[in-house]
Amino acid sequence: MATLEIRDLHVTVEADNATKEILKGVDLTVKQGETHAIMGPNGSGKSTLAYSLAGHPKYTITSGTVTLDGENVLDMTVDERARAGLFLAMQYPVEIPGVSVSNFLRTSATAVRGEAPKLRTWVKEVKETMAGLQMDPSFAERNVNEGFSGGEKKRHEILQLELLKPKIAILDETDSGLDVDALRVVSEGVNRVRETGEVGTLLITHYTRILRYIKPDFVHVFANGRIAESGGAELADKLENEGYEAYVKGGASA
Amino acid sequence: MAEAQNIPAGSTTAGSIAVAAESTVATRMSAPPSFDVADFPVPHGREEEWRFTPLERLRGLHDGTAVADGGGVKVAIEAPAGVTVETVGRDDARLGKAGTPVDRVAAQAYSSFEQASVVTVAKEAVLTEPIRIAVHGEGGAAYGHQVIELGAFAEAVVVIDHTGDAVLAANVDYVLGDGAKLTVVSVQDWDEQAVHVGQHNALVGRDASFKSIIVTFGGDLVRLHPRIAYAGPGGEAELFGLYFTDKGQHQEHRLLVDHNTPHCKSNVAYKGALQGDGAHAVWIGDVLIQAAAEGTDTYEMNRNLVLTDGARVDSVPNLEIETGEIVGAGHASATGRFDDEQLFYLQSRGIPAEEARRLVVRGFFAELVQQIGLPDVEARLLDKIETELKASV
Repeated sequence: MATLEIRDLHVTVEADNATKEILKGVDLTVKQGETHAIMGPNGSGKSTLAYSLAGHPKYTITSGTVTLDGENVLDMTVDERARAGLFLAMQYPVEIPGVSVSNFLRTSATAVRGEAPKLRTWVKEVKETMAGLQMDPSFAERNVNEGFSGGEKKRHEILQLELLKPKIAILDETDSGLDVDALRVVSEGVNRVRETGEVGTLLITHYTRILRYIKPDFVHVFANGRIAESGGAELADKLENEGYEAYVKGGASA
Repeated sequence: MAEAQNIPAGSTTAGSIAVAAESTVATRMSAPPSFDVADFPVPHGREEEWRFTPLERLRGLHDGTAVADGGGVKVAIEAPAGVTVETVGRDDARLGKAGTPVDRVAAQAYSSFEQASVVTVAKEAVLTEPIRIAVHGEGGAAYGHQVIELGAFAEAVVVIDHTGDAVLAANVDYVLGDGAKLTVVSVQDWDEQAVHVGQHNALVGRDASFKSIIVTFGGDLVRLHPRIAYAGPGGEAELFGLYFTDKGQHQEHRLLVDHNTPHCKSNVAYKGALQGDGAHAVWIGDVLIQAAAEGTDTYEMNRNLVLTDGARVDSVPNLEIETGEIVGAGHASATGRFDDEQLFYLQSRGIPAEEARRLVVRGFFAELVQQIGLPDVEARLLDKIETELKASV
């Protein structure tokens, strides 16, 4: 069973000619089949955790370990991490002019699967997955993220999630900027992947709204660069009623 | 009707763009057109037409010190039946009909060549095989002149290949008879020391179609000046260009479409990728719609993709319109950057860095390559792009 283990992770970022520590000792274990929601106020370091795990060059790991089934993730390049089974659905995916969605998806699937998918089954697979996310087939001929609406970008991220079938999926604020209909469609896509039981999901969100569609097994409150409290789904209800105030204050004085 | 776009994608791009709202295509040249080099002062570098060009790297083509030594370039012309190939002297009446040199180097070339090649396609001859012209540099300085003339309703494809090492100033005249169709592919695949400057004049006959595909990969300095004028109404010109500017290379394409005749069309599309320190691409696109040219339909576009730090793009589209009675006129120029975020996104989907770069560059050029319409040229270009990408960055 695939397991992502994060131990005492410290991460810094360079900003305004100064080094700032954003993650201050994160401990978390995500196993295949589990869904963990990471919730927290703005600026608590949730997205830094997501991008650090994916290997974004902006972030420097100063101490701690991250392993996927015992393999040292921090030693891997960004593309090696993806091929090892990590997937990050981004909050703000960038435009790649000149590269069509269909070309991109096939190149990506070829890289992650280790061989080019058979053309006939691949076309069918993409078509069906797109239909499930209520995406028009013409979408495949557009350039990656170019001129996409916020909702289209998120559907495109989840389309990749469904096609690439990672061991660990990190969803960074996938719910932000979506209206209720889009949120439902996107959540259904995530749930199709979760129902296979083969993915461990790290759902990063500011709002509890998405948790009505995607039921977490664990909820963690993220504040001041570390996990401040962990619990079951009931912790989300508490946050819904009380907000993050308690954690923000606690974090500031810590 | 005119539309200008400037989208320098990515705030860190080294490219710079300026759009002149009002063009002064004719007046901003430092001297009027002339066949005689003596009519042009030696440029000092601040003239509008020379301000982007590193004169010291012209190896004397601009100041008269580059002397042809007889061993400059070898020209080999392979032509199918129905084509006449002649080598003629300076006084041949067919030379210089398509246009007059507009700068000092073009005039130097015209004043200095000893023999010219004249390739004639008889009227109504429709060639099934291309005319192939191989220009191979042998290391010396050379001046040259070529004329490609198509009779009425003739159809031909010409592929001109530039290879080897040379310091070359050479002009080309394309003369299209009424209803003729000419496609020219000019590939600048020079060795890394070569210098190549040329003015390519096309005179497009009534209802004739001219298609030019300029492909520049090699050379230390390449500066080409494709120019179009129309001899009668109904003419069409499509000017496509593709360049891949590497470390230290200067590649400059200056275009002029002179809509001097009613009901003609032009479409200009140039795309370039740049990588490495000191890579410098210059694109000047001048379109002039004269008062008489009612019913003109024109569009020009330049796109650049900067792949690494240290590369520079100057892209200047100019559109000058003297009549409102036209079908359409527009231009667009944009320089984008393949940045770390794009690379991160593609890598985060399992795609290795080198492949990510290839995917983006191929995608960037693909749309243009598909418009060429000559499968063997298209395949060769895609191969060449691969080779360029594999070269060290």
